[in-house]
Amino acid sequence: MTRNPPLAASTTPVAFDVVRSTVASRAALGVAVALAVLAATLPFWGESSWMREFVEIACYLIFAIMWNLLAGYGGMVSIGQQAFFGFGGYVMLMLGNFAGVNPFIAIPLGALAAAAIAVPVSFVAFRLSGGYFAIGTWVIAEVFRLSFANVSAVGGGSGTTLTALRGIERATRESVTYWMALACVVAAIALVYLFLRSKRGLALLAIRDNEVAAESQGIPVVRMKLAVYVVAAFGAGLAGALYFVGNLRISPDAAFSVNWTAFAIFMVVIGGIGRIEGPLVGALIFWALNKFLSDYGTWYLLGLGLLAIVVTIFFKQGLWGYAQQRWGWSLFPTQRVLADGERVPGR
Amino acid sequence: MIEIFLQGILLGGLYTLFALGQSLMFGVMRLTNTAQGDFIILGAFAVVAGTALAGGAPFAVALAVLPLAFGFGYALQRYVLNGTLGKDPLPSLVVTFGLSIVIQNLLLELFSADPRSIETGGLNTQGLALGESLSLGVLPLVILAIAVAATAGLQWLFARTALGRSFRAVSDDREIAELMGLDAKKVYAFATAIAFVLIAVAGALQGMRTTVSPSDGPLLLLFAFEAVIIGGMGSFWGTLAGAMILGITQQIGFRLDPGWGIWVGHIVFLIVLVLRPQGLFPKTRG
Repeated sequence: MTRNPPLAASTTPVAFDVVRSTVASRAALGVAVALAVLAATLPFWGESSWMREFVEIACYLIFAIMWNLLAGYGGMVSIGQQAFFGFGGYVMLMLGNFAGVNPFIAIPLGALAAAAIAVPVSFVAFRLSGGYFAIGTWVIAEVFRLSFANVSAVGGGSGTTLTALRGIERATRESVTYWMALACVVAAIALVYLFLRSKRGLALLAIRDNEVAAESQGIPVVRMKLAVYVVAAFGAGLAGALYFVGNLRISPDAAFSVNWTAFAIFMVVIGGIGRIEGPLVGALIFWALNKFLSDYGTWYLLGLGLLAIVVTIFFKQGLWGYAQQRWGWSLFPTQRVLADGERVPGR
Repeated sequence: MIEIFLQGILLGGLYTLFALGQSLMFGVMRLTNTAQGDFIILGAFAVVAGTALAGGAPFAVALAVLPLAFGFGYALQRYVLNGTLGKDPLPSLVVTFGLSIVIQNLLLELFSADPRSIETGGLNTQGLALGESLSLGVLPLVILAIAVAATAGLQWLFARTALGRSFRAVSDDREIAELMGLDAKKVYAFATAIAFVLIAVAGALQGMRTTVSPSDGPLLLLFAFEAVIIGGMGSFWGTLAGAMILGITQQIGFRLDPGWGIWVGHIVFLIVLVLRPQGLFPKTRG
């Protein structure tokens, strides 16, 4: 919190504070740190099936967080983020299998490669906007899929196996994969949270609310959008590389499946778009539904689609947004609330 | 060479029908229907199911599906999609994307993943011999004729009728059009209704020409979208031209290597996007 000097007013000087946290948010931070520490010890007492489950849901969650950053904060609704997911996965696999890089080290390298390829991709994708951007990015993702499906070195259409992890003992592999996943989730949340609280985050929110007005205030709109696009691609690539270290087998249809983005959209929209809690709540709901209802297969997906439609039409802010409006909950506050020095709400 | 070109034109005829509905909906209300391809497949399955129930007569069934599609499109726009329109493209994208998942899984549940086709009594295998080695299918020629007729019909509707005038009015400026006494929501509903008739036509013909399966929709959406963008927004003849270009490039690609045909189509689309983002024959902006 920063205390500002009184504004020069015509009658009496007014002192004001900029409030950037609430009781709930400080408590949430403590709980989050405790949970993360507890989670880090899981390999010593938990079952390996729990770790596998966590790694999988972590990939969905990181991917959804990045989609939320791109669409909810950057205003770029993409249906093609699976391009970077798959690309990150394939780069990790190729580094591991052909270049002899330790796959765990190849995970961040795969993410970096996804970020790097996002720059030329943005040159094409940014020609479109709005709904056409969405489908245009989907076409680009299809180009990625078809390209990898035609490369015989990585198994073509039927895919290939990550052989680089063969020498590593199973328990070690699972624990390290789990820790990587946990670290990536914490890093992704922290990265987005700190970014949005920074000056650049404020600029991003200004762009989302009104692009023309933001530009007139001196915000470099094009550069900011590119930065968000590249960061989101990095995150998607990270999720992809992580997923295929956990999965050990990659194929173009799995890596570049539009379902990745579909699930991210559903998670973010159901949880609440444009708020950090959104994908977290969405991923929790998704995980619960998946655990108990995925046996119903097609009906489950059908229900998920319907739920997304209903939430979009009747709860535009998502479930968390509804709670936030109703009860004023905010675990990751990014807004700056002006309060006079005497009465500060939420303290 | 000529054969590839002609086959590409014929394929382009089908793509035109995929794309016209998309072009119409985007032109009138800036709505991107991401379930376009799935609705085409739904139309095909409606004809498949209707033909099975009626014990034949696929063409009569297809004609009977058209008014249903009109009513369905009208109701969908009026009661669901109108609520999602606005400056933010997200709600309409999520809702149509959700519909896409719902349709795919509903069809999967009802018809299983097996490919189906509409039995046309041999029409789909009849050929028209042109010279020694060149033969064109009768059904693709019929599809091309329908595509050209539909394009001309839409262009006429937009240019010459009161309904077309109201389409153009709400497209240019919704608020002024409403001040002049138009009910934009009803106009939108009519636009979607007409788009869905085109979607049903496309679905029926796709089902007659080849096989359809529940997961085919997204690919058809991408083809439709590419045709619209290559052709340029707001022009139905442009959409037709875009579909032809896409059809011809895909045919050339398939001839070079079957694995790369669709890829070549996508790449040509991306090249057009980089060099001429407004499309080859644009009429309206934004």
